[in-house]
Amino acid sequence: MFDKGKVLGGLAVFLCLATFPLWYIAAQGKADYFSDPVVYPGSEQCVESVEYMSKYHMQLLEKWRDQAVRQGDRVYTASDNKTYDISLTGTCLKCHPNKAEFCDRCHNYNDISPNCYNCHNIPPQPKEVLRDIK
Amino acid sequence: MRVVEINRRTFLKLASLGLLAAAAKPAIDLLARPEIARALGLESTVRGRLAMAVNLKACTAEEGCSDCVLACHSVHNVPDIGTRKEEVKWIWEATYLQAFAEEETQYAPLKDAPVLLLCNHCDNPPCVRVCPTQATWRRDDGIVMMDYHRCIGCRYCMAACPYGSRSFNWRDPRPHIKDINLNYPTRTKGVVEKCNFCEERLAEGKLPACVEACKKGALTFGELKPGTDIQRVLSQSFSLTRKAELGTRPQVYYIV
Repeated sequence: MFDKGKVLGGLAVFLCLATFPLWYIAAQGKADYFSDPVVYPGSEQCVESVEYMSKYHMQLLEKWRDQAVRQGDRVYTASDNKTYDISLTGTCLKCHPNKAEFCDRCHNYNDISPNCYNCHNIPPQPKEVLRDIK
Repeated sequence: MRVVEINRRTFLKLASLGLLAAAAKPAIDLLARPEIARALGLESTVRGRLAMAVNLKACTAEEGCSDCVLACHSVHNVPDIGTRKEEVKWIWEATYLQAFAEEETQYAPLKDAPVLLLCNHCDNPPCVRVCPTQATWRRDDGIVMMDYHRCIGCRYCMAACPYGSRSFNWRDPRPHIKDINLNYPTRTKGVVEKCNFCEERLAEGKLPACVEACKKGALTFGELKPGTDIQRVLSQSFSLTRKAELGTRPQVYYIV
């Protein structure tokens, strides 16, 4: 290889720069950061379990959207056979009205901007926050 | 000339097939009769076809009343853009000639009366046929529904609608809504919207907002089946529909 030193040196510099976010955050000790959404408890129980919702709430909302709008069926039967009214503002945001501390925490961290809120109204934000979830 | 050879067995098979084909239409017609369909459990449990009757004699819009328009637009967060070009409306007043272009006459008693216009929720809706994403469709109960999630804003439906019932959101409507009703979503820039016969209120057993707001009882709403108010109203007086010759079968009837 011609100019082996320069090539390998340049490669090393490039790799350092390319992986900068990874080793810089690790060095700062923030590698295990978890965006902790804060729950404002309107009711003790959500539509589904916390594990299910944190993984699948997007799919659930899509299913709700199609069921409510296209089939006209606004009743959702959860996995524990309880029934809920399908409504983003009326059901979800009734118990989680704290958009900035609940929804936006994970969405901002993952750089997601769902455009649901362009149409669906956000209820008035409460002042106090009573319970954290990790 | 060769004679076609056919044996008795084949002839009987063909004849019975032919008889079956001939009997198909009467059988289907029989099943389509509501009593039979209901007895067999084939009828959907959704309500019958919904329609609205506007009594132009009872409507006092010419005296400055626009209760129905205000009720509808406030319940559904319809923005007031302010310009004619970009206006968004679900129900509005027009002149008699604008509503019934073919009824040009000097002598009709109501020719100077304003007429309330809204989406006609046609039985044969041209807007539904042309929508490229099926963001608008006709429900079993006759309501032509809008799915704002799926609308891409191509406005083909606006071109297809012969009545001008649909409005496009040229800009973000939220700044132009005076008092947002938090119980109903707004729309966003880039979708087409129109009257939805208050399907969310119907699901709760209420009447549409305009019908409830009209103090003169000029608006009648209901299912077109025996025993309902609207069936009685429509069978007692002559009524017009807009542009009946187009074959869209609109379900808003004007009693003139």
